[in-house]
Amino acid sequence: MSENKKIGSTYSIPIGPVHPALKEPILFTFKMNGELVEEVDFAPGECHRGIEWMGMRRNPVQIVHLTDRICGICGVSHSLAFARAVEQIAEIEVPERAHYVRTIIAEYERLQSHLLWAGVAAHELGFDTLFFLAWRVREESMDVIEYLTGNRVNYGIVQVGGVRRDFTEDQFPRIEASLKYYEDVAGKLLNLFLEDRTIQMRCKNTGVMSEKEALELCTVGPTARASGLAMDVRYDSPYAAYGDLDFTPVLPHQYLGLTNGDVYDRIVVRLLEVVQSVDLIRQCLENMPSGEVLWEKKYPKILAACKKATGEAVGRIEAPRGECLHYVRMDGNTNPQCWKVKASTYSNQMSWLNMLKGEQIADIPIVVASIDPCMSCTDRVAVVHGERTDILTKADLHRLSVEKTRRLAQWS
Amino acid sequence: MTRTMRTPEEIAALFTEKFGGELGEVTVKEWAEGVKKTPIRSVWIRVSRDVFKDAVRCLVDIDYPHLGVISGADMGDEVELLYHMMIYFGERGQEINVTLAVPLPKSDLRIPTISDIIPGAVYSEREKQEMLGIEVVDIPDSRRLFLPPDFPENVYPWRKDETGIREDMIKELWAVGRPTGRPAPPVAPKEEKKKEESATAGETPEQTEPAEPQKPPAAPEPEEVKNDE
Repeated sequence: MSENKKIGSTYSIPIGPVHPALKEPILFTFKMNGELVEEVDFAPGECHRGIEWMGMRRNPVQIVHLTDRICGICGVSHSLAFARAVEQIAEIEVPERAHYVRTIIAEYERLQSHLLWAGVAAHELGFDTLFFLAWRVREESMDVIEYLTGNRVNYGIVQVGGVRRDFTEDQFPRIEASLKYYEDVAGKLLNLFLEDRTIQMRCKNTGVMSEKEALELCTVGPTARASGLAMDVRYDSPYAAYGDLDFTPVLPHQYLGLTNGDVYDRIVVRLLEVVQSVDLIRQCLENMPSGEVLWEKKYPKILAACKKATGEAVGRIEAPRGECLHYVRMDGNTNPQCWKVKASTYSNQMSWLNMLKGEQIADIPIVVASIDPCMSCTDRVAVVHGERTDILTKADLHRLSVEKTRRLAQWS
Repeated sequence: MTRTMRTPEEIAALFTEKFGGELGEVTVKEWAEGVKKTPIRSVWIRVSRDVFKDAVRCLVDIDYPHLGVISGADMGDEVELLYHMMIYFGERGQEINVTLAVPLPKSDLRIPTISDIIPGAVYSEREKQEMLGIEVVDIPDSRRLFLPPDFPENVYPWRKDETGIREDMIKELWAVGRPTGRPAPPVAPKEEKKKEESATAGETPEQTEPAEPQKPPAAPEPEEVKNDE
């Protein structure tokens, strides 16, 4: 640090609390040395809503609908994880068909979430035509989700003991049509994202995380897998119908031959998971057992079963961004004695600290976005440099990123 | 990394042998879903604070775990922390969820940090400090995580005793009522519907009983029929 005193030494940049590429507002503080990030710190909690507190004052059937609203993108992940925990405590056996319905909707969620993220990533790089394309392609899965559940977000389909709506045979042609659509477009997407020279220049060797770091920092989901850590709840602890399906976790070396753990690998993993999801949905349609989809149609009975139950359980599922964990403890009262929600980003945030070190300001948006597929906007970035404070808007930060892309394009 | 796979029973036995009297209840659970009923296995170990860190080291020796999260429950006289850790992931259906539960008496809410063994644990440890009022000894970063800076000291949201959220801190959204001075909604029948909704929403916190959740299934079903036609 002392060597750089002449050029003003280090200075810190707070970014946030509202930030590009995050569903939740978060405050970053970067200690900069010139253009390079020297140290990173972050403070989440800008939109902590105390959902666990609320949940401990409600009954499980009410909480299922509360969990729907934890995240706007993971509409089914949280409710599924919570329902699974309660089912284990009350020993409720979910009908086989319901497992398949849950799997199909969970995979559609992965499709839309990954494509949404792909669009955001393209936008952060200044590749807006690709951003529009990715989001147009995503719209197909949103349409199917709406067709199947009645809602684009907050599907409200999971219930303790099963699902609230069946997917009937006459709906299969629409599902099949969307799968066909994704199969047709997958090659194009892979080509556009992975073969593009500019994307390669911006993403390769950017925001690198090693497998060891991924393990020690407790990362999950595509972020962990992109670093070569084979970890996928669907595969490791097969819940719902995943135990019946044929698949292996997506790892970057399957496509690239090696693992770098950089932003590019994270794109690879997510895009290949889109292809995988299509396959998984098709397997579900082919093997779907018949029968009921809800353990008990009368909700008071479900509630009574939950009320009687005592014990504790963990419900874990693989959300689009990684492991989603709900711990529930029931003690014979209507409301849970304890409820802990762990969303995937919770586990992945620590990885920023290492990923961002040594990167340039212009790379911050894409590296931050690389672990989490949500869209938001930085409202401001204040650069505190000596006594002067510059305010960089989201537009400025985005412009820096676009300019870097242009510079790289000119040099090559 | 070569792994010697142990069954949940073997892991439970290993812990019992090593820590014996310091362990509370040790349970092995199994749960299965899907048509094939692939088992999902978990081991629950209640362990005293004195040997907790050794137990974590013991688990690291078995297989470096992925720390899912640290949960915490206010049990009245004590606060129980639960470390949910997964081992043997990456192998189909082989994963074991090992939960180490550590009861802490409310008179002495201290627990050693495990961030020297699992660096990523700091995040969850910070959350437990602010939410449950425990003290993680030697934590490298003891700042608050989620709670805002103006949140009162010595109030811990997850506690169910006098240090929990006070009555006067709770803002019931339903109690606020509909805002006045707004133009009337354009469609008259819709307003009636909304009134009904806000009325039922108002009752939710008290009336947690079955009559209410019964409504949702009744409503969507006729809609679905329409869609199919």
